[in-house]
Amino acid sequence: MTELRKRGGGGGDPDSTDNISDKEADGDDRLGLQGDAEGEIDADAKADTPDVPLSTADTDNTPQCLNKALEGLPPRWKNYWIRGVLSFAMISGFCLIIYMGPIALILVVMTVQIKCFQEIITIGYRVYHSYELPWFRTLSWYFLICVNYFFYGETLADYFGALVQREEPLQFLARYHRFISFALYLAGFCMFVLSLVKKHYRLQFYMFAWTHVTLLIVVTQSHLVIQNLFEGMIWFIVPISIVICNDIMAYLFGFFFGRTPLIKLSPKKTWEGFIGGFFSTVVFGFILSYLLSQLQYCVCPVGFNSETNSFMVECEPSDIFVIQEYTLPAVVQNTLSWKTVNLYPFQIHSIFLSSFASLIGPFGGFFASGFKRAFKIKDFASTIPGHGGIMDRFDCQYLMATFTHVYIASFIRGPNPSKVLQQLLMLQPEQQLSIFHTLNTHLRERGMLPPAAAQAE
Amino acid sequence: MTELRHRGGKDTEPPLQPQTSEDKYTEIMKADSGVPEVPVPPDDTPVVLISVLTVCVFFFRWKNWWVRGILTLAMISFFFFIIYLGPMVLMMIVLCVQIKCFHEIITIGYSVYHSYHLPWFRTLSWYFLLCVNYFFYGETVTDYFFTLVQREEPLRILSKYHRFISFALYLTGFCMFVLSLVKKHYRLQFYMFGWTHVTLLIVVTQSHLIIHNLFEGMIWFIVPISCVICNDIMAYMFGFFFGRTPLIKLSPKKTWEGFIGGFFSTIVFGIMLSYVMAGWRYFVCPVEFNNDSNSFQVDCEPSELFQLQDYALPSILESVTGWTTVRLYPFQIHSIALSSFASIVGPFGGFFASGFKRAFKIKDFANTIPGHGGIMDRFDCQYLMATFVNVYIASFIRGPNPSKVIQQLLALRVDQQLHIFNSLKTHLTEKGLLPAVEEAAA
Repeated sequence: MTELRKRGGGGGDPDSTDNISDKEADGDDRLGLQGDAEGEIDADAKADTPDVPLSTADTDNTPQCLNKALEGLPPRWKNYWIRGVLSFAMISGFCLIIYMGPIALILVVMTVQIKCFQEIITIGYRVYHSYELPWFRTLSWYFLICVNYFFYGETLADYFGALVQREEPLQFLARYHRFISFALYLAGFCMFVLSLVKKHYRLQFYMFAWTHVTLLIVVTQSHLVIQNLFEGMIWFIVPISIVICNDIMAYLFGFFFGRTPLIKLSPKKTWEGFIGGFFSTVVFGFILSYLLSQLQYCVCPVGFNSETNSFMVECEPSDIFVIQEYTLPAVVQNTLSWKTVNLYPFQIHSIFLSSFASLIGPFGGFFASGFKRAFKIKDFASTIPGHGGIMDRFDCQYLMATFTHVYIASFIRGPNPSKVLQQLLMLQPEQQLSIFHTLNTHLRERGMLPPAAAQAE
Repeated sequence: MTELRHRGGKDTEPPLQPQTSEDKYTEIMKADSGVPEVPVPPDDTPVVLISVLTVCVFFFRWKNWWVRGILTLAMISFFFFIIYLGPMVLMMIVLCVQIKCFHEIITIGYSVYHSYHLPWFRTLSWYFLLCVNYFFYGETVTDYFFTLVQREEPLRILSKYHRFISFALYLTGFCMFVLSLVKKHYRLQFYMFGWTHVTLLIVVTQSHLIIHNLFEGMIWFIVPISCVICNDIMAYMFGFFFGRTPLIKLSPKKTWEGFIGGFFSTIVFGIMLSYVMAGWRYFVCPVEFNNDSNSFQVDCEPSELFQLQDYALPSILESVTGWTTVRLYPFQIHSIALSSFASIVGPFGGFFASGFKRAFKIKDFANTIPGHGGIMDRFDCQYLMATFVNVYIASFIRGPNPSKVIQQLLALRVDQQLHIFNSLKTHLTEKGLLPAVEEAAA
């Protein structure tokens, strides 16, 4: 949520005074274009949006029905109502797709990723007036497909090893997956080099870099989201909910109690909102984890059932989702007069997730605000009435998804046993034998094997 | 190699002032075709002086070629020398080259955007370089030197939480960037941020792929680099003597004759070089860390790839050469694939760099090597080759790394380990590697 999303009719562009000083920076961009130099500098002295009819961020996207229902209200309240209704709609949509299961979730993540990519690339086109560059739209989408193919292939090969081994074409694709992905990417790279046009070198390189940075941000992190999902839906639901809660709570606290500004980049954020959001998010995360840890549907890793050819979420919940007793520190004991408390270990983890979402997550929002200020746009797009584009809603989520993934990899999950077995079976026989002996010694030390002759199960 | 790299002694400063007309390009190219202007002396100058000046001009023209030739020889000798010094030194050199390339590209960014005085930005760029290198080197060290890492307590903790620590370091840099955003310079700062990240993506990731290749065996490091160098030199020679048809508008001095001639000569060179190197254990064995002697060792039983085998020639070749079979190392067959890539797709890396230099109107990445330009100029084709070799090895040659598998095994839960142990035992018993009645030696 940024302050630039005012749609109440008041408040002009606060950055209009920056146009003049940024002209120098813009001027450098334009000098690469032969013959366009003089005209462009003047046009860019204003904000980037007015000339180009592609700037959908400025059009009002509110559906007619909402408009009619809220006709009588003054514009400011209308704005809040629209935002409130849409927030509610989005949260309901979120719950619905969770209900529909993992496959639906993966599809939704992919759709969101494609939309975010499109929004950012469109901004790039507008900034550089490069919409008519030869080939470039094709190439951007081609690179998106390549990188997605690479990531989805790796995910599929990891998690659905059994399915992949069964089908012959899939087996071939999985074995040479990296090579095929690299060849596809190289084809795109060579097409880019061949498409370089004399007058537009600099522009083309800019767009190439813009595409790659966007891919880096959007695509890699959406795949981390999917990997989190496979760990267990709770690792997908709780982080997203926490970020949403922090957004809303910080806004409400700021609205009612806000006084001290937080950062120059986002003038509407306040310290009161920040701190209030932090505490309420921790509490919310704590309660939500408690509720969700009881459901097997949320807690179990998503597995693929070879027989029924479908996803299943059924398992024996792991240790972190089993209630354990914790002794309270003496301080808390005196105040509450409880000796121990029954908690899921996951709730302790959720405290860390909430802290990250409240303390570091907003930096993702500041980054997006700075980006919008830098390129003089109000919103990434106007897909969601009252809220802006998809990217506006997801700017804090990406950092959170990466953190959750790293957190799981470092503190929770071990390696995937079926993947380890798969790698073992690919080794040379001598290496397998040596690993066998090492493992034998190791297990015997642990007491898992009788010291005498080992028995086959 | 690009055509813009002439150094006739003048114009050593890359022209960073944007030049807006086409004519400037032809001017630069004409001026640098190696024929400097002869200063026309007034009429009353003695004839001796004129002849001396003519002789100087003659040498002046050839000076360019001499400088380049000598530097080429120096670089190749240096390459052999560091190979002799061993894996550790090679790793250090790769790291230095990476840092210099990064520095060159970032400096270009500063010049393009006049952003040298942006607050914090130089610090942040170097900080990000450090973070990404820490992440990659940590992963490499954990993978290949697992036993060493397990022994030392601080290293063990660092490796267990390695991803988390790297991520935290990166996040710190990210937050510093956000806090350093200054009102007037938002766009510039975002540009430099994007520029830094793309540079990191290109330079750092690929230099780590080079190091992975190195650990597979020094031959996987030497042969690709030599193939690219050979292709460069051969394509240049063929183009020089036979060149007629231009290859691509982006690099007007490249010709089809040079391209094709370079292709065939690189393949031949690759086959011969692989034959010579495949006989040496020093090059062929994976680099390993010896726990007892605490040093790197390259000693092993060469894998099948590096043992001579008989191949039956196809009948065409049989009738031509009169041999029925030929003894080759399998690696030589692979080297054909590597050489083909170096000749056919490698030059695209060079075209990309040429396009980049044209786009930002610079002659060379920097002035580090006299006669050749910057380090990046020499390495532009190498990066694509390194990535290809790494992907090639992962897809066609190498299985998983055994020490990495052990590492993952020991990180599993004990019941999972038991399950895997039993599966492995069944598998090995079926293969006949274990006696059916288990009496496993400790």
